[in-house]
Amino acid sequence: MVLLEDFRAEREELRVFAEREIAPHAQRIDREERIPGEVIAALRAAGVFASGFPEACGGTAGADPVADAVRHGLLHEALGAASASVQGLVNVHHMGGSPIVRWGTREQKDRWLPHLTSGSMMAAIAITEPNVGSQAGAVEARAVRDGAGYVINGTKCWITCGQSADLFVLVTGSDAGPTAFILPRETAGLTIEPIRGLLGCRGYMLAKLHLDGCRLPAEQLLGQPGFGVSHVASAGLDAGRYNLAWGCVGLAQACLDASVDYARTRRQFNAPIADFQLVQRMITGMATDIHAARLMCWHAGVMRGRRDPAAVKEGAMAKYSASRMVKRVADDALQIHGANGCGPDYPLERHYRDARIMEIIEGTSQILEGVIARYVYQEAGQEAGQEAGR
Amino acid sequence: MADISAITIIGDFMARSFGRDAVPVDEDIFESGFTNSLFAMQLVDFVERRFGVQVDAEDLQIDNFRTVARVAALVERKAVRAA
Ligand SMILES: Cc1cc2nc3c(=O)[nH]c(=O)nc-3n(C[C@H](O)[C@H](O)[C@H](O)COP(=O)(O)OP(=O)(O)OC[C@H]3O[C@@H](n4cnc5c(N)ncnc54)[C@H](O)[C@@H]3O)c2cc1C
Repeated sequence: MVLLEDFRAEREELRVFAEREIAPHAQRIDREERIPGEVIAALRAAGVFASGFPEACGGTAGADPVADAVRHGLLHEALGAASASVQGLVNVHHMGGSPIVRWGTREQKDRWLPHLTSGSMMAAIAITEPNVGSQAGAVEARAVRDGAGYVINGTKCWITCGQSADLFVLVTGSDAGPTAFILPRETAGLTIEPIRGLLGCRGYMLAKLHLDGCRLPAEQLLGQPGFGVSHVASAGLDAGRYNLAWGCVGLAQACLDASVDYARTRRQFNAPIADFQLVQRMITGMATDIHAARLMCWHAGVMRGRRDPAAVKEGAMAKYSASRMVKRVADDALQIHGANGCGPDYPLERHYRDARIMEIIEGTSQILEGVIARYVYQEAGQEAGQEAGR
Repeated sequence: MADISAITIIGDFMARSFGRDAVPVDEDIFESGFTNSLFAMQLVDFVERRFGVQVDAEDLQIDNFRTVARVAALVERKAVRAA
């Protein structure tokens, strides 16, 4: 059995790396709404972009898949604690790469994965559109067969790292239903429009993608027409939920650490506020909730590593639970910081804004409530009922 | 006709997943409305793990997943190729 305690040294190493290379930039990333090249270079040098990818294509996942899955999660925990925006960048890179690992042809894997694992190219995933969010199967962008390839028209929005990614796993509609493609950034007809001024996760470098008569050869088709959401995008979303759940744990831990420091040093009524039981109640709630979420993430990692069919459910539950948890924890942390929590001299207001994003991405809480309930019915041996998105 | 044990194993998995006692080998699961997007990947994961085969992009054809018998036939084809 792989236990979290077995990774103490690696966790410490990851924490030190994130604290040294990422955390000092976190406020600037938030303010300038971009991740500076030096941070990306540090991530690349540390091999962060290889995490979660198979060894065969330059990744880190090899002989011990359970330990690898947990290790990959711990990386996202460390990133999430230092900067939710940087965790987002590494997350969507893995979300974009995972469908290629799972469904790419030999040629597609050979062509793209070595670049992704080395970090010489960055990936992202483009599903959401102005009129289509949760109901991914209903995307309006259209791919039409044209000779040996496809012509694609449509608009994608809220695409994390849309401003910077080198390639996108793109989901469109087609005569056969939802269909996925590998879309290189330099494709003629693709224009990228930055989105700024977000509530939180401001370093996500979001963009709208306008696809105006983009031509892609058939070799860029990922999976088969009709399977773009159910199989291809879902490989990315499954990875994303797992990564994000760990990212939430990291962000929540940063809130707790800051709160403990603050409560010990801030004095009111001639005592550190840490001595007040009502503050202790908040600290206790935060620590307990973080611990529970971390254990769920660890368990989801073990199931992923074992390729257990229940791993998807475990990942969905971990993301659902951790994203709700971090919202509560950030709220209490801000409360403990009082006015200082609302001001620019402490990271709490950033954490609070970043935390609020987590229940919206990689499946909203409401969508996951439907997903998880269906698993519960399935396990209870009852008819799962009609699926909304079918 | 595919290996009888593969048919039984896949049939049992689908029946459990759909909360039914049994799924007839030739019942079209898309037509009967039992399948959903979660089940799609679960079925692929189950087949790969249980039978040690690899489902590739070229196998993503609705007809390969339409009935218990078709899934068992896919498994058999993949197992022969892997051997
Ligand atoms: C910071 C950020 C980064 C993002 N990055 C990406 C990215 O990289 N790639 C990408 O493709 N997308 C991305 N998105 C988009 C994100 O995936 C969507 O916002 C999300 O899927 C929800 O879609 P929506 O916002 O259109 O909300 P909608 O689907 O319109 O939902 C609105 C509300 O209705 C609820 N709702 C919808 N359907 C149901 C239902 N059946 N039952 C109950 N309630 C329901 C939702 O839970 C929500 O509360 C990003 C979004 C944000 C904010």
